[in-house]
Amino acid sequence: MIKKEMIAMLLAGGQGSRLGILTSKVAKPAVSFGGKYRIIDFPLSNCINSGVDTVGVLTQYQPLRLNTHIGIGIPWDLDKNQGGVTVLPPYEQVGNTEWYTGTANAIYQNIDYMEMFNPDYVLILSGDHIYKMDYEVMLDFHKQNKSEVTIAVMPVPIEEAKRFGIIIADENKKITDFEEKPENPRSNLASMGIYIFNWNTLKESLIAMADQPALDFGKHIIPYCHKKGMPEYAYEFNGYWKDVGTLNSYWEANMELIDIIPEFNLYEEYWKIYTKSDTLPPQYISKDSVIEKSIIGEGSTIYGKVYNSVIGCGVTIGKDTVVKGSIIMNESEIGDNCVIDKAIIAENAKIGNNVELGAFEEKENETDPTIYSHGIVTVGEWSEIPDNIKIGKNSMVSGITEASDYEGGVLDSGKTFIKAGE
Amino acid sequence: MRAIGIILAGGNSFRMRELSQKRAIAAMPVAGSYRAIDFALSNMSNSHIAKVGVLTQYNARSLNEHLSSSKWWDFGRKQGGLFVFTPTVTVENNFWFRGTADAIYQNLTFLKNSHEPYVVIASGDGIYKMDYNKLLEYHIDKKADITVVCKTLDCTDDSERYGIMKLDKDNRVEEFDEKPMAAKSNMISCGIYVIRRRQLIELIEKCAEEDRFDFVRDVLIRYKNIKRIYGYKLDTYWSNIASVEDYYRTNMDFLKPEVRDYFFKTYPEVYSKIDDLPPAKYNVGTSVKNSLIASGSIINGTVEDSIIFKKVFVGNNCVIKNSIVLNDVYIGDNTYIENCIVESRDTIRANSYYKGEDEIKIVLEKNERYVF
Repeated sequence: MIKKEMIAMLLAGGQGSRLGILTSKVAKPAVSFGGKYRIIDFPLSNCINSGVDTVGVLTQYQPLRLNTHIGIGIPWDLDKNQGGVTVLPPYEQVGNTEWYTGTANAIYQNIDYMEMFNPDYVLILSGDHIYKMDYEVMLDFHKQNKSEVTIAVMPVPIEEAKRFGIIIADENKKITDFEEKPENPRSNLASMGIYIFNWNTLKESLIAMADQPALDFGKHIIPYCHKKGMPEYAYEFNGYWKDVGTLNSYWEANMELIDIIPEFNLYEEYWKIYTKSDTLPPQYISKDSVIEKSIIGEGSTIYGKVYNSVIGCGVTIGKDTVVKGSIIMNESEIGDNCVIDKAIIAENAKIGNNVELGAFEEKENETDPTIYSHGIVTVGEWSEIPDNIKIGKNSMVSGITEASDYEGGVLDSGKTFIKAGE
Repeated sequence: MRAIGIILAGGNSFRMRELSQKRAIAAMPVAGSYRAIDFALSNMSNSHIAKVGVLTQYNARSLNEHLSSSKWWDFGRKQGGLFVFTPTVTVENNFWFRGTADAIYQNLTFLKNSHEPYVVIASGDGIYKMDYNKLLEYHIDKKADITVVCKTLDCTDDSERYGIMKLDKDNRVEEFDEKPMAAKSNMISCGIYVIRRRQLIELIEKCAEEDRFDFVRDVLIRYKNIKRIYGYKLDTYWSNIASVEDYYRTNMDFLKPEVRDYFFKTYPEVYSKIDDLPPAKYNVGTSVKNSLIASGSIINGTVEDSIIFKKVFVGNNCVIKNSIVLNDVYIGDNTYIENCIVESRDTIRANSYYKGEDEIKIVLEKNERYVF
């Protein structure tokens, strides 16, 4: 019989609606990050680097990109004879067929998958954080404390604590209480959404709570275990961990990679981040280019000037174009003589010549002020912007746009423009 | 599947100077992200040749490391696969490979156990893209015994490095000279052949009986008027990297947009082993002009008209001009490098100065590297 000490269940089904147009066609874990990666590469690489070689990836929202990215797991060495990576979408069943209605419900619907590996422990992960973590160390902590549920936590500034699920623990890190986004937090330990359960505990709780609508770990399972008096411990993590849930935090996390010695260092030998690479060739930098404080992916061709930016693979940046403080994802094409200032340009976008992104005075976005903020211009994937267009701050463009779509060649700050395709 | 592939990757040349100390020519890094043998392997894979044998001999460590998995070229299949043959001692034989024909002879079982009717033989040091199916169709069409891929060179200065061919009107080989002192033609052999498998077995066995070991001398030249040997003219990019000057020139060719587009952006792709390196990073104060930079590199200084391979660190105030820096090199601050090839895994101390004056200088440092 197959026996795996610990298997991982990676929750990758969420939309991540606060990333706006970036997740209109792809699940958040499949969004590009840091030039050549996708967000899910970080937890997947952590798994294999921690010796966890069996990972179930739970998908639901827009899974195509995620499925093709993961494949049979070759980039992460997760193409194993026993275990490896398995994509687990919701499925039809006799009687009660439903979508994954909550994080724990998704896991509940895959009890059979977990049972196959006869595990002692199950690691629950979410596919939307940027961090490097050795889950084996967390497991050691779990075993040492004879814990049944261990929650990874990290200290956050107390004034920010109200944005998180907060864990209150005693001096031995035994959990005494929880608060979900409290007004007056009693602790600064934020839950990272990473749990280790004893398999029996998890199975029993999931079955006991199965009828709870939208069954969720934070809201239902953890409190259930707590109420039952099972020992729960908080594992404190002090490394880099970033929730890239909003466009601004996504932009910031990318920008942190270009520091001289970034806090989150991709260049370390011993904890590599793996990804599926489609392109191999080196990047070409022309004789008129200027590049400073940027990272650039494979196969890109740069004729213009790039400052403080994260450029993906296979990107072309035209002559005399200036790119500042921007993120340009894989295979996008920027024409000549453009100014791209604080923009996020998704994959396969095409920007014409003499285009200015991030022009004009800043104005609040008219449709989604909480999403499109901080002056960032966002361009959706496969979008096109024709020549000679000026686009303001806090704006968003998606779709194949033409010159006639822009009054006077301008899209003012704060505007959202979605052109639906045929 | 109509053909199997054999890649001759055992070679070394004094013309590679110090670069040959570390590896066989087929394992030489090329164009920032590749190794020479990737081109032949990718051509085979893209031509749907599923079973490929690589014959190695000279310092194969680097090559073996590169070929440690066949999945990068899509050879990890049940039908077919990538087979690496190094010389071994057997009951009948305790020699090294004494030549290309001998190398094939010592691995004749590979040919005998295959059932594909044709064999494509290629050398591991050619930089080109080619659909071998077209070559095969031509070969069948001409009812040839052997077809040799050939190319007309613009200049014949170094013809003594190549096999020189002369074809008749029908492209049948009239003359074939191996590395002559004075060339009679500017048409050279690219070292790519197609031949019927049974024919090859027969010719190679004959060679072995007569104690002959070289495929070009003892098969092609010896049989040129007996067998129907045809030339197949290649008119796309082809380059051989078996001398320092050619190696340097071939790499620098990739700074030309048409060469880059042809290899990097035109289908089918060239495959290589994936190294999982992060994107290249440019810090404040860098100046990079007309250069290729591979992934995993961190650039601080000035780089002009150069090729920087993978995982290279260029320190502050460095100037690198008209040079090739191979994989995993650390270059300390204030270093000046011009007209050089810096050998892989070198550690260059700060404030160093290297300049190739009349010829390309090969920088080979064995300093200790202190990793921080």
